[in-house]
Amino acid sequence: MSLTLPLLVIIVLAIVGSFLARRRALSVSGGDIRHLASLPKQHGLNAILSTVVPPLLAIIAWLMAARIMEYRGAAPLWVPLAIMALAVAGVVLSVVKVSNTFRARTASETWIKGLLIGASTIAILTTVGIVFSMLFETISFFRQYPWTEFFFSTNWSPNFRGNSDLGIIPLLWGTLYISFIALAFAVPTGLFAAIYLSEYAGPRIRGIVKPAIEILAGIPTIVYGLFALTTVGPFLRDYFAQPMGFGDSASSVMTAGLVMGIMLIPFVSSLSDDIINAVPQSMRDGSLGLGATKSETIRQVVVPAALPGIVGAVLLAASRAIGETMIVVLGAGAAARISLNPFEAMTTVTVKIVSQLTGDTDFASPETLVAFALGLTLFVITLGLNVLALYIVRRYREQYE
Amino acid sequence: MNAQQDTKISARNVNVYYGEKHAIKDVSVEIADKTVTAFIGPSGCGKSTFLRCINRMNDTIDIARVTGDILIDGEDITDPRVDPVQLRAKVGMVFQKPNPFPKSIYDNVAYGPKIHGLARNKSDLDEIVERALRRGAIWDEVKDRLQEPGTGLSGGQQQRLCIARAVATEPEVLLMDEPCSALDPIATAQVEELIDELRQSYSVVIVTHSMQQAARVSQKTAFFHLGNMVEYGETDRIFTNPEDPRTESYISGRIG
Ligand SMILES: Nc1ncnc2c1ncn2[C@@H]1O[C@H](COP(=O)(O)OP(=O)(O)OP(=O)(O)O)[C@@H](O)[C@H]1O
Ligand SMILES: [Mg+2]
Repeated sequence: MSLTLPLLVIIVLAIVGSFLARRRALSVSGGDIRHLASLPKQHGLNAILSTVVPPLLAIIAWLMAARIMEYRGAAPLWVPLAIMALAVAGVVLSVVKVSNTFRARTASETWIKGLLIGASTIAILTTVGIVFSMLFETISFFRQYPWTEFFFSTNWSPNFRGNSDLGIIPLLWGTLYISFIALAFAVPTGLFAAIYLSEYAGPRIRGIVKPAIEILAGIPTIVYGLFALTTVGPFLRDYFAQPMGFGDSASSVMTAGLVMGIMLIPFVSSLSDDIINAVPQSMRDGSLGLGATKSETIRQVVVPAALPGIVGAVLLAASRAIGETMIVVLGAGAAARISLNPFEAMTTVTVKIVSQLTGDTDFASPETLVAFALGLTLFVITLGLNVLALYIVRRYREQYE
Repeated sequence: MNAQQDTKISARNVNVYYGEKHAIKDVSVEIADKTVTAFIGPSGCGKSTFLRCINRMNDTIDIARVTGDILIDGEDITDPRVDPVQLRAKVGMVFQKPNPFPKSIYDNVAYGPKIHGLARNKSDLDEIVERALRRGAIWDEVKDRLQEPGTGLSGGQQQRLCIARAVATEPEVLLMDEPCSALDPIATAQVEELIDELRQSYSVVIVTHSMQQAARVSQKTAFFHLGNMVEYGETDRIFTNPEDPRTESYISGRIG
């Protein structure tokens, strides 16, 4: 027996229950609803919630139980029966409880709170699930491959016939180098754009420029990658790298870094713009009233006041840069290398995660499992950055509340 | 007595519009040097708006439009060629709501002097800051915590910090918008003492909702009502013998 029938039953019972609870509330009040501790519609809401929520929880519980006990096929007959029984019990109890003194409003608040807790639990549990799924694979990777080699070896050369060197350092180097160039480009540009928008631009210009900058944020990163591959890469090679003798590779750290920087501009500028706008006008007035010029006011009062928030925005941008993949594949190439020359091809952690998991994969060899160790390392780094960013942003909020 | 009669600020037919709203209607007033002038009137009548004309703070509000002339020492400050930045160094302002910068107490006060290059060295600056904090009647409370953030002070302390910040630049005119609305009686008395002291060298314009305060500190009083300046004259006369029935009913508490 499938679970369709119980679901239908729950819905019908909820409607009927709500109707009955209202009618009963009206009748016990003797026509004057001021005698009731809660309004009829609140009794109705309580009936709906107490009919729907427990059976839904029961369904979820059964789905999880079936998965854990590796139960295959349709649910045994007692499951839908039990679910329907819960729904019936909900209707009956909530309708019977209707009286002049019963506080249906408080009762339905409790149900609603339960639902909200459920929703946030799902969000948290999913994250925990992701971490655990990576954790198990990572542990089995480290059973086959020494962790000292992974973290400290400067050589990355996977070999699917075994005997690979799987050192994370060249990949981390590429990741950090590219992210650094991206931020060095995006942070000043984005910040100045934000200052122009929030302090100088009139409402008309602001209305045009702000959405225009934000359009950049909607471009898929693969498109940025194509731009890097076909335009920026060859341009940098022909005009900078070759004439200056830095090599003749179109894929380079510089290419990927610049294009990633362009991608991050709207991110930095729209977050900073919001933060700068949140600096109270009275603070600018105070500075202007003392005879400071506009740029003195911005430099010495507005930006310092917004600084913690701006730092938060930059850290969030950094964690996006670190996690970016497509721009790097197309812009910087796939060669793991440690070099200071920004016009040389290098690669990042994310790119190698993809390449280790595509093609012929056997989920038991260290060459594949290393992807999970890389992923977990990346997760820890970006998590750290995000926590730091949130902490700074929160501290900033407290200043004005 | 003669010095008191010199005109410092002379406003002629000043009108202020916020978009369509006519907030100040044809106000003309002569404000004397070395005098405390009080602006009184019901909430929303335009006291702050008029005050903000005198240091051109209304320039910072996009929708505000000011017409008419305001002369300070004979120079028309509404002239577009006048640099509002220089003007504001001369005409200081304490705002209705305390607005300390998110900097240390010391840096809040040192801000104006630094911008205008009033201190030659660090010890000069220290002196200016201490003097300003003393005049703002807050020195004793903050002298041991000058490096703590100004935003961490209580509301009344913040307001006195803002007063200290404004006097630190040694303005010739000080505009004070309800400087005592967040202060307790003791601090109020100290600020009133300061106002009295400032009168020796400056011209002070103070907006207040307290008749007693206006009577205590000011020599001249202007009564505003719905954007008009209804009556202006010697404080004593305004309070004992108002000419306009609207002034009379406001002072006796019938317009609020
Ligand atoms: N920035 C602004 N934009 C639009 N209208 C404004 C603005 N500032 C003030 N007004 C309007 O101008 C009128 C005068 O305001 P103003 O702040 O000068 O009053 P006030 O006399 O200082 O009142 P209060 O005693 O409450 O401080 C009010 O009607 C107000 O709504
Ligand atoms: Mg006001």
